[in-house]
Amino acid sequence: MTMTDAATPANTVLGKRRLRKEDPALLTGEAKYTNDLNIPGALHLAVLRSPYAHARILSVDVSAALAMPGVVAAYSGADLVPLWAGPMPCAWPVTADMKNPAHSPLAVAKAAYVGDGVACVLATSDAAARDALEAIDVAYEPLPAVVDLEDALSDRVVIHDELGTNKSYTWDLKCEGAEGQVDRAFAEAAYTVSEHYVHQRLIPMAMEPRAVAAVPQPFGGDITLYSSTQVPHILKVMTAITLGIPEHQLRVVAPTVGGGFGAKLNVYAEELLCTALARKHKVPVRWNEERTENTQATIHGRAQRQHIELAADADGKLTAVRVRLLADMGAYLQLVTPGIPILGAFLYAGVYDLPVAYDFSCTSVFTTLTPTDAYRGAGRPEATYAIERAMDALASKIGIDPLELRKRNFIRKEQFPYLAFSGLTYDSGDHELAADKACELADYTGLRARQQAQNVEGATKRLGIGISSYFEMCGLAPSRVLASLNYSAGGWEAATVRVLPTNKIQVVTGTAPHGQGHETAWSMIVAEKMGVDPDDVDVLHSDTAIAPLGLDTYGSRSLPVGGVAVAMACDKVIDKAKKIAAHQLEANEDDLEFVAGSFSVKGSPDKAMPLAAIAFEAFTAHNLPDGLEPNLEAQVTYDPPNFSWPFGTHICVVEVDTETGDVEVLTYVAVDDCGNQVNPLIVDGQVHGGVVQGLAQALYEEAVFDEDGQPKATNLAEYLVPAASDVPSITLGHTITPSPTNPLGVKGIGEAGTIGAAPAVINAIVDALSGLGVTDMPMPASPQTVWKTIQSAQGAMK
Amino acid sequence: MQIRVTVNGTVHDSDVEPRTLLVHYVREVLGLTGTNIGCDTSSCGACSLHLNGEAVKSCTVLAVQADGAEITTIEGMAAADGTMHPMQQAFMENHALQCGYCTPGMVMAATSLLKENPNPSEEEVRIGLEGNLCRCTGYHNIVQAVLAAAGGE
Repeated sequence: MTMTDAATPANTVLGKRRLRKEDPALLTGEAKYTNDLNIPGALHLAVLRSPYAHARILSVDVSAALAMPGVVAAYSGADLVPLWAGPMPCAWPVTADMKNPAHSPLAVAKAAYVGDGVACVLATSDAAARDALEAIDVAYEPLPAVVDLEDALSDRVVIHDELGTNKSYTWDLKCEGAEGQVDRAFAEAAYTVSEHYVHQRLIPMAMEPRAVAAVPQPFGGDITLYSSTQVPHILKVMTAITLGIPEHQLRVVAPTVGGGFGAKLNVYAEELLCTALARKHKVPVRWNEERTENTQATIHGRAQRQHIELAADADGKLTAVRVRLLADMGAYLQLVTPGIPILGAFLYAGVYDLPVAYDFSCTSVFTTLTPTDAYRGAGRPEATYAIERAMDALASKIGIDPLELRKRNFIRKEQFPYLAFSGLTYDSGDHELAADKACELADYTGLRARQQAQNVEGATKRLGIGISSYFEMCGLAPSRVLASLNYSAGGWEAATVRVLPTNKIQVVTGTAPHGQGHETAWSMIVAEKMGVDPDDVDVLHSDTAIAPLGLDTYGSRSLPVGGVAVAMACDKVIDKAKKIAAHQLEANEDDLEFVAGSFSVKGSPDKAMPLAAIAFEAFTAHNLPDGLEPNLEAQVTYDPPNFSWPFGTHICVVEVDTETGDVEVLTYVAVDDCGNQVNPLIVDGQVHGGVVQGLAQALYEEAVFDEDGQPKATNLAEYLVPAASDVPSITLGHTITPSPTNPLGVKGIGEAGTIGAAPAVINAIVDALSGLGVTDMPMPASPQTVWKTIQSAQGAMK
Repeated sequence: MQIRVTVNGTVHDSDVEPRTLLVHYVREVLGLTGTNIGCDTSSCGACSLHLNGEAVKSCTVLAVQADGAEITTIEGMAAADGTMHPMQQAFMENHALQCGYCTPGMVMAATSLLKENPNPSEEEVRIGLEGNLCRCTGYHNIVQAVLAAAGGE
């Protein structure tokens, strides 16, 4: 259910629900994912992976594999060293002294996690390649695993000999004027809380595992890399550097991509292996990831320990926030691994008005586990979880309703744009409105009354209500801010809008959708701007030969950066078209207006020229103003002046069975404000999916490892991605607070659901059990964990 | 081994290795790549198709076991003139897909579900689809689509 449709009255297309043009191909099996591509003569790559979390590689013997049927080649990590011009790339050296271990597509001296590639085979079929892996003889010297973060920090076992330590970096957020303020605020506080939370490791688990195919062109040095990636443009640059391929000879294509959630925002060993081996053997080389491999060889998410302290005055008004993180990098630094906790660094005061007293520090360590990196929300769900759980702890300490505490602390509507302690400016917001709407949808007052009646002494089915109000820092990102964070690239996005001679429109975008519906959404933006039907707009993307400029799709950036670039390119095209119209209508440009796809002279609507006629004139170039170039096309590269700041309030209602530990989600209300909406249909879908991913972290999912670093969740039978029967229906509401920083007033919605959900669910469970002495609940709150937590709280009370 | 199967109305005679899974047969031998592979433990349901009118996970069936069978894959669901099956239409109208990878399997499972239970409750839809995983939609709109398709038939 949606409370309001987002239509701005003046718009005819934007803000209206519109079915997706992507769907027919996806619904009929026509869409081609990477693994569906028919590539004659391709060799299949298979990768032998370390069964040990930490082991020295003493020797690798591939001779028996070479003798297997269908096998064309087999290599150890050492064999391939000459192919690498550089190490596996990490684009975010967050500090000058950050430690970054040597990282090759195949390990040479040491395997550092279960799943680390140590050898590979090329064969004429996937089955032959995988069969041959079993014939490779690797002699390992097993070494002790490092699984626990404190243990890692102790350097009891140093994983990367050349670094001499397991610590990668310590990063502090220095807020101007904060020095001394934090200590003083805690000394003077009427209330303080000091909370410890653990963000378990998660496996992103896009339904399409990764797949790669590298196809050398028969003449010249060109090569095309097809990959199930979110970042074809970044992948192109990084592959060119890592393999020493002249960048102009490398084309990267992301065919239909079956979900990413951050896990396909990377440069992976198999992409480099296929490309390097295709060049070496001068034949196409392809690889498809099995799910079991996916759980080990594709990045994991979250994996942080948090210590958050809040100070508040007698009214419960926040006066200081202090945060210490210990973050698990895993065995190596992948593309943006070190930056993930930093993306959350600015958000640990949440949506609350806080003076400068903010103190954040993150220390990150290596373990002998799969590398971590971006997973939906990337640092921001972690931050939101900490502050939203801690706000509940503070409310409980003060003895007031958690909603009341939030309301006392919300940044008020009239304070926006709000210059935060971090130096960042929050663009717009109305937190109270979103919270009120969520409370209305959930019947908050009624629920509290029902709870009081239900959670009586001895009750075994306890009702809990959890609130979470969040901010999402997204629309990544202003390039200069990225520079200040040591990120190695910019945050702009490019768009080209091209009116064809017959008035059909091509849009070329640098975003790389993998389920988000950019073809539909960008068509709607163009349709609104140019007065054409969205079906007359074609959106080209995800192929660096067609869309050479771009920075891809992640961090809820596509609409507030890429979509805005599309809108701006439309404006440029309209400006040019206006010159042609003015010339041909013999009118002054200033006297023309552009309405519903046609230029007309103000006041004399019969003197008009539709875009269709101008498009053909621009094509023939028979009668253009002097000096004007033929054709109707414009390109824009847009660097956003600020992040965008979507926000909202989620309310989760649970019933906890204290005898079994079972948690049933009765109601889930999500009120999200992403500024102006382009297509409310897609907005709702993003929230639904995001909420369920956050709820899944709270209740079901964890990448479990034993003390030897052996993964215990290695496939979809062991890792609990929820099914339809495990999750509730979701009640949606929206408020609309346009962003003042871009002409569309949009903010982005890709990660909001995930950011809001986990704390709402856990707050609800803790709320249900507060009468039993429960003050915290580890994630995932499985029945066993819930039951044990109740037992130990009850034991402590006795 | 020699098998004869009818897939989307066309008879195919093929020589397959005994270890070939039905999903690999339809994808690699017949080139019907609409049937996707999402796991290796028969957990995700992305490879669901209809075997003699009933949804099965085609990774749990050997191609040789399908000898003599009638198979429908997602490519066979739309009418000859391209009109989508009512379930495909309901998925589109309810935004029940995002990345689309689970979608073919989900559509096959959902049509099979309605064949068994033409008027399911929301609860019955959720339980009926629990063998098919989706990571994008949170299932909300998939459930709505199936209920809409049931109401429309």
